[in-house]
Amino acid sequence: MRAALLLLALAYSAPAWAAEGAAAPWWVWPIALFAVTFVLGIVAVVAGIGGGVLFVPLVGGFFPFHLDFVRGAALLLALSGTLAAGPLLLRSGMANLRLVMPLALAGSVASFAGAVVGLAAPAQLLQTALGVTVISVALLIWRSRGIDHLGAAESDALGRMLRLEGEFEDPAAGMRIDWRTHRTLLGLAAFAAIGFFGGVFGLGAGFANVPALNLLMGAPLKIAVGSSGLVISVINTSAAWVYINSGAVLPLLVVPSILGVMLGSRIGARLLRTTPAATVRRLVIAVMLLAGSRALLRGLGLWN
Amino acid sequence: MELKPDPAQDAQVQALYASWLDIGARTGFAVSLVALLAYVSGAMTPFVPLAELPALWSLPVGRYLELTNAPTGWNWLRLLVHGDYLNLVGIVLFASVTIACYARILLVLLRQGERLYALIAAVEIAVLLVAAAGPA
Repeated sequence: MRAALLLLALAYSAPAWAAEGAAAPWWVWPIALFAVTFVLGIVAVVAGIGGGVLFVPLVGGFFPFHLDFVRGAALLLALSGTLAAGPLLLRSGMANLRLVMPLALAGSVASFAGAVVGLAAPAQLLQTALGVTVISVALLIWRSRGIDHLGAAESDALGRMLRLEGEFEDPAAGMRIDWRTHRTLLGLAAFAAIGFFGGVFGLGAGFANVPALNLLMGAPLKIAVGSSGLVISVINTSAAWVYINSGAVLPLLVVPSILGVMLGSRIGARLLRTTPAATVRRLVIAVMLLAGSRALLRGLGLWN
Repeated sequence: MELKPDPAQDAQVQALYASWLDIGARTGFAVSLVALLAYVSGAMTPFVPLAELPALWSLPVGRYLELTNAPTGWNWLRLLVHGDYLNLVGIVLFASVTIACYARILLVLLRQGERLYALIAAVEIAVLLVAAAGPA
């Protein structure tokens, strides 16, 4: 909870520095970014969301960087975070490569297209669309509390062909879960759509991946959460290359953010068991509503 | 007849993917940290002076590139002596890890006779390489 409040305070202090314009020396910004992303890393893990969905509206709304650079940094931030978590997720069986590979392929093609569209779109239009998206995601997170394993009784034809099934040992529940997925074609379409929007806005879109895997395809929640992380690492790779090749990657923005979120995520993972996640989750929703409103008003030219 | 995945074969592929991912992420982190220190400490002169960045980073990327003559595509490789572009090595490492992981498991999938998943891996590698190749 303290971390989430600190995130709010840090985000709000940034525009004060920005208002001072050129008076703020360059080194203030990477330090501020490191601090914000460090806290963001903690909050994101505890709240169970990706970092990008907070990073883009917060840094895009309250820091002086152009949205082109913010989105490039956000993709790399989400990418590095999921790369760091990936080995543990795979070894624990929470991420399933057989499930990830087809979905990530659909997502990465769409994400590549989304990144190209995002870099060509006017910044004001993107700010407005980002504001609407982030506010919608905040409402989605608020409404999706309590989603759980509904389970797929039978695979569909495509799921059987891809053999999207497996066994998962859940130590918390002390049982072995046999799982399979259904609605595979819809799942592929959902990941293509998620990948496209992720590429446009520079989001990892874990908030959408998990419901798509769990609620739509019927994967167990833990498999959905773990596989979502690995899917992000593949999908974001294609969009990240578009931003790198377009010169939309500023190392002074990207590297402190990557280091901050990677260190923060480690702390977050340790705090996960003892932190009141519901409280943090409510604060994250509040931060997203605030940052989304800021992006929306900025896009509409009402608060610059 | 419905074929079930072989848990032992799947575990082998997952473990291999995980170990390559682990090495890539750790290397990316270490390289990024060292490169950032070399950049901000002034040990390596940046291509775009640090003091000029606050006037440039609020511009759209196209305008930024015009004003700084910063490179696009893979042309940054010519500027590795500069602290800012040295940092792209770590960033590119992060963006390349997945390609390396897929390339590594592709061989194992072929050996296991997983032709459909080998095809998915090959197409994924192609998509990511096209993205990495940059503008023509």
